[in-house]
Amino acid sequence: MATVSVRSVRKAFGSVEVLHGVDVEVEDGEFVILVGPSGCGKSTLLRMIAGLENITRGEIAIGGRVVNNVAPKERDIAMVFQNYALYPHMTVLDNMAFSLTLLNAPKSVIEEKVGRAAAILGLEPYLARYPRQLSGGQRQRVAMGRAIVRDPQVFLFDEPLSNLDAKLRVQMRAEIKELHQRLKTTTIYVTHDQIEAMTMADKIVVMNGGNVEQMGAPLELYDRPRNLFVAGFIGSPAMNFVKGKIEGGIFRAGEVSLPLPTDPGTAREGQPIVYGIRPEHLRLDPNGVAATVHVTEPTGSETQVIMHLAGSQVVGAFRERIAEKPGQHLHIAPDPALVHLFDEQTGTRLN
Amino acid sequence: MDASTWVAKRPEPTALARLFDYKPFLIAVCLFPAVGLLMAFLTYPLGLGVYLAFTDTQIGGNGKWVGLENFIDLMEDPIFLQSVWWTFVYTAIATVGKFALGLWLALLLNDNIPFKSAIRAIILLPYIVPTVLSAIAWWWIYDPQFSIISYVVVDQLGLRDKYYDFLGEPWPARWSLIVANIWRGIPFVAITLLAGLQTISPSLYEAAMLDGATGWQRFRRITAPLLMPILAIVMTFSVLFTFTDFQLVYAITRGGPINSTHLMATLAFQRGIPAGQLGEGAAIAVAMIPFLVFATLFSYYALGNRKWQQGSDND
Repeated sequence: MATVSVRSVRKAFGSVEVLHGVDVEVEDGEFVILVGPSGCGKSTLLRMIAGLENITRGEIAIGGRVVNNVAPKERDIAMVFQNYALYPHMTVLDNMAFSLTLLNAPKSVIEEKVGRAAAILGLEPYLARYPRQLSGGQRQRVAMGRAIVRDPQVFLFDEPLSNLDAKLRVQMRAEIKELHQRLKTTTIYVTHDQIEAMTMADKIVVMNGGNVEQMGAPLELYDRPRNLFVAGFIGSPAMNFVKGKIEGGIFRAGEVSLPLPTDPGTAREGQPIVYGIRPEHLRLDPNGVAATVHVTEPTGSETQVIMHLAGSQVVGAFRERIAEKPGQHLHIAPDPALVHLFDEQTGTRLN
Repeated sequence: MDASTWVAKRPEPTALARLFDYKPFLIAVCLFPAVGLLMAFLTYPLGLGVYLAFTDTQIGGNGKWVGLENFIDLMEDPIFLQSVWWTFVYTAIATVGKFALGLWLALLLNDNIPFKSAIRAIILLPYIVPTVLSAIAWWWIYDPQFSIISYVVVDQLGLRDKYYDFLGEPWPARWSLIVANIWRGIPFVAITLLAGLQTISPSLYEAAMLDGATGWQRFRRITAPLLMPILAIVMTFSVLFTFTDFQLVYAITRGGPINSTHLMATLAFQRGIPAGQLGEGAAIAVAMIPFLVFATLFSYYALGNRKWQQGSDND
């Protein structure tokens, strides 16, 4: 177990720079998730930590030791690949034991270590099988087993669940989280799925275009996104944005006016502002503004309603059952304590 | 008629359309070209060859059935026995050489090296040039008077005071042929093994690297086993081609000096056509068949399908 420090790391492929100075501190035993859209550099950063890509500038330290010029096998890390990268010509047992056989470990040690990992992952019945004879979820487990057997300082996961179907993904999500709680090994996990990030991480690093947009605990990112990108990326369904101005102490967007948060922060009168409110923070209110219903999506526990308000599309998630038909009006009001204000030009948070 | 009065009705198929929907007819029509070609160009010549091997046919005359006499004669024919021995030695050494160099080349080309595609194209050249042409080029290289090797070593470098006589003595001639055959065989091995190497996912090497495998261990434990299925196929073809080689040997040495480089194929031709003993030549050719069948079966069963390749591939 170890800390991982990424200090002003840059990565360039030829003349194209894909990481523009990234700083991430991972505490000992922490589960950190790098999340962001495709091409944001999160996988590249992970591969640099693993030693599979060179570090163009800056430094990466694992357990206090700078590893810029340390070969991957000397870094004491284990990685789970997106396509699992199981050795197709080896049985599950041999796949998991591979790193130990390379060290000429005695047979008894191999059996004990692989047996323990197989027990944790429920892989005992499959040890004699080849990867081709396994289902996607089982292969995923073998890939994790191979990492566990190594007993490394750091686990690296590169989008490990993206090849699984939706149901299995939810199940494996819980399994990985439980595994981490049990082994307490420092883990860095890359995904593009913000739900995975929210549900599993101790700390989320939101990346975009080669930069870190925000870093923090999942609920911190949810409650106080630092800018428009994070606000739109974290949370599902995504946050609603309405463009407008503050006029006379209230927010105005065309005909519609909405209440300002209790503390509007640095937001000034007349400044172009993006007003953000999460779908679950809208409530039905007879005195609220009228929005035109377009689509209702009942899920049972709640109903999501896609509405139009002041020229923007707004999604509301209501506990109540909605009887309004498309074209009818719904009166809604935001919870003023949970409103986010952003500068329209820079995208930074104002309140 | 307008859209409201029109009734949808499928037109009756014509007789021709029905005929083409008739399965037995279709089977016959589809099989005919392939079966016809096989019969005309494979079964008939092979059958005729086997038949001739049991006759004493000479060019220009009709032979009569002599049973196994040709084969019994061959068993006591030192030139034939030498050609069998030489065919095996030639195949064995040339195959080892081709695979060692071809695999090495494939591994080099699988790495990121500059001008990769240009180098790949150049490597194919020996394979593209007609064999007889390259054989003539080698013939010149091995010529006792005009050999470029002798010219460089003797006249330019002065390392020797006598020209090499590559093709005048049995063993130098044999080694010269093996070198020419390896040269010609490398592209086939290198390109096919390269194709095999490229089917191995790079993430396997990355995983192995993280698992602590050194370069040699990655080759021995990942590359070699994963390459084995395609290696088996390439090896089979290479052995078959080398075993039945004719052009190189016939163009460079014609089996000489004193029959020391006759392969079974060149000897069969020599006896059958220039010497006119069709029956005896055919018998030599037929004698190759068991070896070829054995080589094919061996590589197919011993090296071919592996257990880990079975099962579904739902990546």
